[in-house]
Parts: sequence; C-alpha cells; structure tokens
Amino acid sequence: MNTQLYQPLQGSDLLLMAPELTLVIAVIVMSIVDLLLPRRINRSWIGGMSLTAVLVSLGTVIWTLVDRYQGAIAGHKVGVIELLGGSYRIDDFGLLIKVVLLLGTALVIMISIGHIRESDIQHRGEYYYLLLPAVLGGLVLVSSTDLITLFVGLELLSISSYLLVAIRKRDRRSTEGAYKYIVLGSTASAFILYGMSFLYGMTGTTHLGQIAEALAQNAGQFLPLLYLSLLFLLVGFGFKIAAAPFHAWSPDVYEGAPTPVAAFLSVVSKGAVLALLFRLVFHILFGFQFAGGLGDLSSAGAFINEDLSLILLSIAALSMIVGTTMALRQVKVKRLLALSGVANAGYLLVPLGLNIFQPAAWYSSNFSTFWYYLIAYAFTTIGAFAILAIVCRATEHEELKSFAGLYYKAPWLAVAMTIFVLSLAGIPITAGFFGKLYILLGAVATHALWLAIIMMVTSVISFYVYFGFIRQMFMRDSDSMSHSQTAKAQSFELVSPKGHVGPVSSTRIHVSVASGAVVAFSAVSVIILAIFPNELMTWVNTLLSLANDIYAAS
Amino acid sequence: MIPWLTLLAFSPLVGVLLLSLVPSDRVKLLRCIGIAASLLPLLLAFFIYAYVNVEGQGSSLTERYNWIAIPLNIEAIQPYVQSWAFEIDYHLSIGGLSLPLVVMTAIVTAMAAWASLTIKQRVKSYYIWFLLLEVGMLGVFMARDLFLFFLFFEWTLVPMFFLIGIWGFAKREKAANRFLVYNGLGSALLLVAFLILTVTAGLAVHGDAGASSHLVYSGDLEQMIRQLGDAQSFVNTLPGPASSFNPFYLSEAWRATAFILLLIAFGIKLPIFPFHTWMLRVHVEAPTPVVMLHSGVLLKMGAYGLIQFGLAILPQSFASWSTVLAIIGLVNIVYGALLAYVQKELRLLLAYSSISHMGFVLLGIAAMNDIGLQGAVLQMVSHGFISALFFLLVGCLLERTGTSRIDELGGLANRLPFLSALLLLAGLASLGLPGLSGFMAELLSLLGLYGQLPWAAIAGGLGIILSAVYVLRGVLAITYGPLDMRFAQLKGTQAVEALPAVVLTFAIILIGVLPAVVTIPIEQGIERMIHIIQAGR
Repeated sequence: MNTQLYQPLQGSDLLLMAPELTLVIAVIVMSIVDLLLPRRINRSWIGGMSLTAVLVSLGTVIWTLVDRYQGAIAGHKVGVIELLGGSYRIDDFGLLIKVVLLLGTALVIMISIGHIRESDIQHRGEYYYLLLPAVLGGLVLVSSTDLITLFVGLELLSISSYLLVAIRKRDRRSTEGAYKYIVLGSTASAFILYGMSFLYGMTGTTHLGQIAEALAQNAGQFLPLLYLSLLFLLVGFGFKIAAAPFHAWSPDVYEGAPTPVAAFLSVVSKGAVLALLFRLVFHILFGFQFAGGLGDLSSAGAFINEDLSLILLSIAALSMIVGTTMALRQVKVKRLLALSGVANAGYLLVPLGLNIFQPAAWYSSNFSTFWYYLIAYAFTTIGAFAILAIVCRATEHEELKSFAGLYYKAPWLAVAMTIFVLSLAGIPITAGFFGKLYILLGAVATHALWLAIIMMVTSVISFYVYFGFIRQMFMRDSDSMSHSQTAKAQSFELVSPKGHVGPVSSTRIHVSVASGAVVAFSAVSVIILAIFPNELMTWVNTLLSLANDIYAAS
Repeated sequence: MIPWLTLLAFSPLVGVLLLSLVPSDRVKLLRCIGIAASLLPLLLAFFIYAYVNVEGQGSSLTERYNWIAIPLNIEAIQPYVQSWAFEIDYHLSIGGLSLPLVVMTAIVTAMAAWASLTIKQRVKSYYIWFLLLEVGMLGVFMARDLFLFFLFFEWTLVPMFFLIGIWGFAKREKAANRFLVYNGLGSALLLVAFLILTVTAGLAVHGDAGASSHLVYSGDLEQMIRQLGDAQSFVNTLPGPASSFNPFYLSEAWRATAFILLLIAFGIKLPIFPFHTWMLRVHVEAPTPVVMLHSGVLLKMGAYGLIQFGLAILPQSFASWSTVLAIIGLVNIVYGALLAYVQKELRLLLAYSSISHMGFVLLGIAAMNDIGLQGAVLQMVSHGFISALFFLLVGCLLERTGTSRIDELGGLANRLPFLSALLLLAGLASLGLPGLSGFMAELLSLLGLYGQLPWAAIAGGLGIILSAVYVLRGVLAITYGPLDMRFAQLKGTQAVEALPAVVLTFAIILIGVLPAVVTIPIEQGIERMIHIIQAGR
C-alpha cells in the first residue's frame, strides 16, 4: 500500500531518538550494575544516576526544540520526521509534551531522593530504574503514529506503574492499591485494544495518518462501528487518565502508592495519556474534516465531530463535578489530591473537546492552552506532593490534620503550600489561574458557555476543598486541642490583652535538600509562569502548527 | 514621568517588605510599621487628588503597559489575518469614578490600621495580610482592563480569608469559608461575563481589513465601550448575506446572559437581597478593623463594578432592565431596614443597615442620569465613611464591654460621653440628617430616580424614614437608658482611639457640607457615561 513503510533504520535516526535511547541505555546499565553489585553496598547513588539520565534526555529534547524553533523563525520550518517505518514521529507536538513529562519525572526523582528511605522500600535500585521505563513509555506514547507502537508505549507505562505502586510489598494498603490498579488497568487496556481492532477492521491499517485518510473517504459507511470503536477507546483512555466516571480506582491507588509515585501517576502518566488522546482525537476525527476543508459541513465528519466534542466535554464536565464534590469530605491528603487529579483531568479534557470547526466560532489554540495548563498543573501538583512527602514523614500520618500548625513549624513550607493551593484553586496570581483563564477563553470563544459555567462553579467549590490546607496550616494548632476549644481560647484572648501569644512549636520539620529544591523550584515556576507567560507561549505558538504537527499525513 | 498610580497601588508592599524583616516578637515596632505603611498610600492618594484637581480634569492620570500577550493559533483563518493575540494590559487610571473611591479607600484603610491596635495576636502576619488587602482594594478602583480588574478583585479574597479566619471571633472559620465561597462564586461568574464580552466586543483589528490585519482580543475597557457604541463594528453587525457568518457578533441572548452574570456577580458583593447571607456572618465574626474595611470598602467594589464595568459597557441592557434594578434596590432598602429594626446585636443591625443603604446605590444606577449616578457614587463614598466610623466605635465598645448586644448595653453616655456622642453622630449621618454626608447622597439618588420612575423614588423616600427608626432605636438604647452595673467602671476614651474616629467624622461632615469634593472629580466620568447611555438608546 505504501512504499515508504519498512525502511531500514538509519544511523541518523538514532540521533533523533536520543531522548528515548538515553533512557533505554541508562535502564540497562543500572539494572545490570544493581544485579552484580554485592548486597551490602548502598544503592542511593542509583537515584542520582537515574536523575542524570532523565536530565540528559530532557537536554536533548530541549536542544532539538531550540533547533526547530530557530528553523521556524528563519522561515524554513522543520517538518515532521517519521522513523521506524512511519510508526514513530518526531514533531513539535511530541517534543513539547516530552518536556513536561521529563521535567515532571526529574522532579519526582528528586522528591524520591529526599524522601525514600531503606525502611520504606527495600529495593531502592529497582525503584529508581523502574521510573525510567515508565517515562520512556510516556515518550513512546506521545510520539507514536501507529496503533501498535502506541499500545506498546501505553503498556510500558502502565506495567512499570503497576510495579511502582506495588513496590512497598510489605504494606497492606500498597498491595491493595496495586491489585486494584492492575485489574482495572488491564481491563482498560483491553478496552483500548478492542476499540483499536474496530479501527483496523474499518480501514485495514494501523497507521494513524492512513486511518484518518481512509475514514475521511468512507466514514459514512461505517458510522455505527466508528461510534462503537470510539466508545471503547474513550472508556479505556478514561480509565488511564482517571476521568469520571472511570476514576474510582485513583484514590485507592494513590493512597497505596509511595508519595513520589503518586506524583508521577498524577502528572507524568496522566499527561502522557492525555497528550496521546489529544493526538488521536485531532488526528483521526477532527482530522478528516481538516482535510475536507473548513466550510464543508455536509460531510459525515461534521456531525461526528459534533458528537465527539459533546462526549468529550461531557466527560470533562462530569470529571470536574465528581472530582470536586467528592473531595469536599475527604480528609486524607493523598485521596484528596487524587480527586483533585480527577477534576484537573476534566479541565485538561476541555481543550481536547472544543470543536474548532464550528462555523460560529474562530478558535484553534487548543494545543497551547492544553500545554500551558498541563505544565502549570505539573508544577503545582508535584510541588504539593513534595510538601506532602515532607509533612507526612514528620507527622507519620497522611490525614489533612498533618498540616495543622505547619505555619509555626516551617513557615516557608506553609508559604509554598499556599502558593500551590492558590494555583490548584485557580486564584491569581498563579499559573493555575491563567491556565484556567485560557481554557475558559477557548470554551467561551467556541460558544460552549454551559461548560464555562460548570468549570467556574466547580472551581469555586474546590476553593473550599483546597483552602482546607490553609485552614490547617494557619488556623489550627498541631497539638491535639480540639477546634472548638482553640476557638474559645482565642476569642477570649481577643478581649483580654495578653501580649503576643503564639502556639509553641514542638516538632521541627526536617526538609532534605532535594525535596526543598523541588518545592522552591515548583513554587517559583508557578509564579513566573503566571507573570511572564509571553515568551513561552510565543515559543509554543511558533513551533506548533495544527496542520503540520498534528494532521500531516505521512 | 513618575508612575504615580503604580506607586499608589503597590506602596503598601513597602510595609509588607519591612514587616517581614522584623522579628515577630517586636510587637510595638511591627504596629508602628503597619500604621506607617498604611499612611504612605494615604499621602499619595491626597497628592493625586490635589494634582488632578489643580491640573484640571483633562489630565487625569493614566498608566498603560503591555503585560500579557498570548498568541492564538490562526491556522483556521490563515488567509485573512496575520496574527492574533489575547492581551491583558496593565492599565491603571484615576479618571471616571475612581478618584473619590481611591481616596476613601486610603483613608478608611489607614484608620482601620490605626484601629488594629486592638489586635493582640500574630501582629506581624496580621499587618502583612492587611497591607496585601489594601493593594487589592486600591487596584480594583484603578484598573481599566477587565482582566486586571478581575485579578485585583479576586485577589482581595485571599487576605480577607486569612484576616477573618485567623483573627475573628468564635465562629471565624465558618464565616471565612462562607465569605470565600460566596465571593468566589461571584468572581467566577464575573470572569465568564468578562470573557463573553472579550470574545465579542474585545476584538480589535489593527492594520488593514485585508490579508495583513492583526487581531487582538483584549479586555481593554475603553475599547470595549467604543466597539459596543459603534453600530458598524463587528459586535453589532448581524451576520447577513454579505458575510456568511460573524463569530464576533454579540447576540441578544449573549448580551442578556452577560448582563445577568454581571448583575449576580456584583450583586453578591454589593450585596443584593437574596445573596446577602454571607456578609452577615462576616460582620459578626470578623475583627472590627477588618469589618471597617469590609463594610467600608469591599462592598463598594460591587457597586463600583456595577457602574464602571456594567453600566458603561452594556448601557442598553441596563436601560431595559432599569425598572427591575429599581425594584431590587427598593427590596434591599425595605428588607434591610425591617430586619435592622428587629436585631438585638448591634453588628447585625449595622450589617442590615448596609444592605439597606446599598439599595440607594441601585436606585441611583437605575435612574441612569446625571443626578442619579452622582448620588450613587456619593452614597458609596459616604456610606464607606459612615460604616467605617460605626465599626470603629463598635470595636471600642467591644474592647471595653466584651459585648455589642443592644439589650445588654445601655446608658453608656454617662461613662463614655465622647464615644456615645460619636455614635450618635454616625447614626444621624446614617439616617440622612442634612449637613452630614448621607443626606446629599440619598437625596440625589432619589431625585435622579424621580424623573424616571416617580413611584420608586417615593417608595425609596419611605426607606429614609425607616432608617431613622432603626438607627435611633439602636443608638439611643445604647447611649441612654439604665446602665448595667458591670459597666460602671468603664474607662473613658483614649486619645489613641479618638484620632481615627475624629478623622472619619471630619470626612463625613466635610462631604455633608461640601459634596462637591466628591462630585467635582467624577463630573467628567459621569458625563461620559451619560453620553454612552444616550448613544446606546
């Protein structure tokens, strides 16, 4: 069918795949060394090594992006490069997402270095080099243009994640979470495969570009099958990104997983699958209307687009509503953050679902808003998880109460947490606010007003949830004195002049250098992204073009 | 060119910086810095007031810098345009209605900082949040970009949450939560309304209309007003046969949606009758200096927004809804007055009286003419001072007696003559005694409305009578009558407390005698607004 398939791998191709290959080599070296070294030798350095590998990989991605950016500025835009027989592609879309994934992983590894101790995880070597194949799976996922490659990437990511969740094997909750994760995750994978099989059946190919072309020509004949396939795919991916109503596993799994792994799941895993879904939706479905031309509304594509958009936006709205309302009564921090991840999956689904081919609206900035929100979410969530790791280690439990009186014990941590909380809630002047603003702009510009209102109302409900952290940190004492007693005591003090009284701090909180660096870096990034988004967004907009990077068929 | 407005808005940050350097056990020093830092914006505000008045109206200060410019994807419309961006400008101005409100904010904040001497705990973080709140309040009254306005507007939620939640009375956390959620809802709806306006009226086309045009979505207030006032602009052209579609047309349905969202959003802040429950709790639970700010300034943000960002942008919608606005205003006046009459807690009485008084602002807006709007702004400023004075005095009472229940207090005129005199004066100002600020404000609102809806103006006049009833009942019961034995040993007023009370009283008398200090600076702003309204009809 296509002569350019099955080209042999060239030497220069290897250079293009440097980010992935770096990780592969690092994993192999680390696992062999770990195997051969005697037991008594400390494995801590493996953490440093995996961090280095991720940073090198990140460096090559950024280097490629800078190169392509300069090309785009100079007027000769580097197009899509297809490798491995057309099943793998290097494009700006994938590269930009990879920046977020690798950055997220690097931060997660840094939290782990500061947080993981021998008592928690016996197999620290394994822990570190399991993170790398997981993120590698993410990288493969966002670069693949073939259903088979895509599934390989997805499974690499998923299976490594199952192991990471289960790594505290003596812990009952960890085992329980991992078990749920494996069962539901595999079911989701099965759904995805089944959906893919329909796509293959309709078009006779597994290559996304060719699927899009084939569908554009004769989707009309296969409509019921196409909808069925779509349904299966959305259910499967919905599980993977923990969007409602497929989110029920996430609080249990996050609770069972070690804190850094929970951060990894909520940022890297979710981000990679969302990006893949973005590509799939735009490539296959919105794609064939793009090929057919803008004004053409008679084609089968037009109403499939409308339906797909409605389905995606409904899932998004449901996720926001479920994520925030279920978090209202949640007292365990990890479960709370898992539910916040559900709501955020909803916000991130909005740019995916906005139908840009409506005649009534001119709007097509879906990718840049998606990317901005993703990176804002990544910094905010990882920062929050880093603080959670520090605080829960000091207080030895994971309830919201562990944050009580944090302001007295570690004021800077409390300030950083306040920044993250404001960003999660979407209050200025933080990256989370502007992320929501850009998404909202898109929603209103494409006349999806109902969604805009749901989005804002849920984010107001989430104020109450997130400000729970602030109530604990600034308004409660860490000792066991109950709330009503404190209230009485303090209101009494208001009328009787006593001079300055503050609860005496009893326990100091130990912050390791690595975790502290993650917190500081994330907090500063959240603010900087908010105040100076221009450069970055111009960069993204110059690089990415829907026609070139997402639709370009081979 | 000195950026006076930026200096004014961010001058409290100097205090924040200094405070964060001082260790938290040096309470006296912290207090001095906190008060001094709130005097800085006061001085700047006076300076700017004098400057604008001396130089004349034409030179009202404006500052404008490009801040955020997010490029939007243009592939879908490639042949028609060259670039497209979403812009948020840093645009401050003191023109329009802002000047008197800014000065009022600076005065009330400085006095509240002074009154915060009653705060005994965690003084350092108290003043830090207090000053951060002032930044937000000053910014709200000066911002001329919809999104910049929104940033300041939303920002005030955070310091208020802390101030109520940490330093309030027994049920402070509940009050803080309720404050946060209600006001958060208001600002969320506000943002949706702003975005509706931005994606339609916010569109500016630079360059030729041909292939080389540059499109900009921006929240610039002036441009939005211009676009909506121009019958030929994109916003107002129906998609006709000439062009198959126009994505920037603001349809009637969207216009109405935007108007209702704006009304609810600002209505929660104002507060309008069914959305007022949150402010009752705040009035009772928040520390009194914070209530001075809340009742004095924060409520005015809603009224100001309704005029500057509602009436000016969508005059037609306001015109067609003016009867409804007047009715809402009347409901506020009567409901507030009746409930104020039955309250046993002085702070609740004042809260309901605020609802009642803010009804007059709505009446002034509903009048949609020169006099009515002047009355509305005058009422905002005047009520800002009166309620600040009231709560300052309530704070003094609480400090001494530990209660502000009307049935427990009584006969204080004997022990606290100075305080009682001021309380009486504030009450008289509140009920609209000629010569004090409340009189002119309410008179103008009603006069303005009389031309449009005489029945509403007459009904509003009854509200003034009701206010006399509940104010006198509350104030007289506290100052006269039998003195509770518990309070026989009360100490008289100290000079420290007297100063802010005297300043606020002076402001109330000054506005009452010489309302021109408020109305002259806003003359031009109101003229422009009337012009917009008439053009819209």
